[in-house]
Amino acid sequence: MDLVQLQRQFVDYKTSLYHEGFLDEQFTQLQELQDENNPDFVVEVVSLFFEDSERLLNELARALEQQNIDYKRIDAHVHQLKGSSSSIGAQRVQKVCIAFRNYCEEQNVEGCLKCLQQVRHEYSLVKTKLESLFQLEQQILTAGGSFPM
Amino acid sequence: MLSCGGGSGGCSKDMAVELGDEPHVLAVDDNLIDRKLVERLLKNSSCKVTTAENALRALDYLGLGNDTLEGTVSEVNMIITDYCMPGMTGYELLKKIKESSVLKEVPVVIMSSENIPTRISQCLEEGAKMFMLKPLKQSDVKQLTWHLMKCRN
Repeated sequence: MDLVQLQRQFVDYKTSLYHEGFLDEQFTQLQELQDENNPDFVVEVVSLFFEDSERLLNELARALEQQNIDYKRIDAHVHQLKGSSSSIGAQRVQKVCIAFRNYCEEQNVEGCLKCLQQVRHEYSLVKTKLESLFQLEQQILTAGGSFPM
Repeated sequence: MLSCGGGSGGCSKDMAVELGDEPHVLAVDDNLIDRKLVERLLKNSSCKVTTAENALRALDYLGLGNDTLEGTVSEVNMIITDYCMPGMTGYELLKKIKESSVLKEVPVVIMSSENIPTRISQCLEEGAKMFMLKPLKQSDVKQLTWHLMKCRN
């Protein structure tokens, strides 16, 4: 695939991610913070997000397995996940977190378990998509292209 | 909601920082991603940045903590802190700073992901210079640091 085709594919893919609600305006903000002095900023922050989210998801699963569920602790974890997903623009993950917190407040274990499943799903989707986006970006750079296009 | 500390208190006393020097900001947030983000936003606005992952560490850094070592107190021109933190909240941190004769003139900005009017007015009443909603944008921080520089000169 030549550079122009790659670039078109990249733009189309990125547009679709916004269109489908996987990413929001905050992701654009992140990209605007990247420059020649900080060329890997977006990848760095997103990688931190991946690590942190995986840790939180594991903590959540563990907390929901307990005999006596500590809803305060669960809420604290979800609050963290909501915050970081919001900060990188992972809109669909953030939305599930909002519902998750409501179930925590109601101390509704069924609701919480359902949300955990949903948030895991949305997280996994956005992770795959962002990785694909970064891969396309890398291909463009390798083919001699540059950013912003 | 943007004020620059008028009145007899005036703007933050210049903590021995020369004109033209980069302002030194202490950013406090328990969320790793948010810390990285606020650090970049502030650096892009020509600030020197120190981050702390909770209020207690922040207090130590400021010289108000129990574990502050003699001679290691650093000078900051502004503190920006998250509201919701485990242990001591940003609001409680704000109060401690305002109670300190040494630090009460340092502008404190509170950030929160939640838009709760009573929380906002509580912080402003306690002396916060500004309350900012997360996620932060570059334009928010540029505006903030512009005001900070204006106050210093």
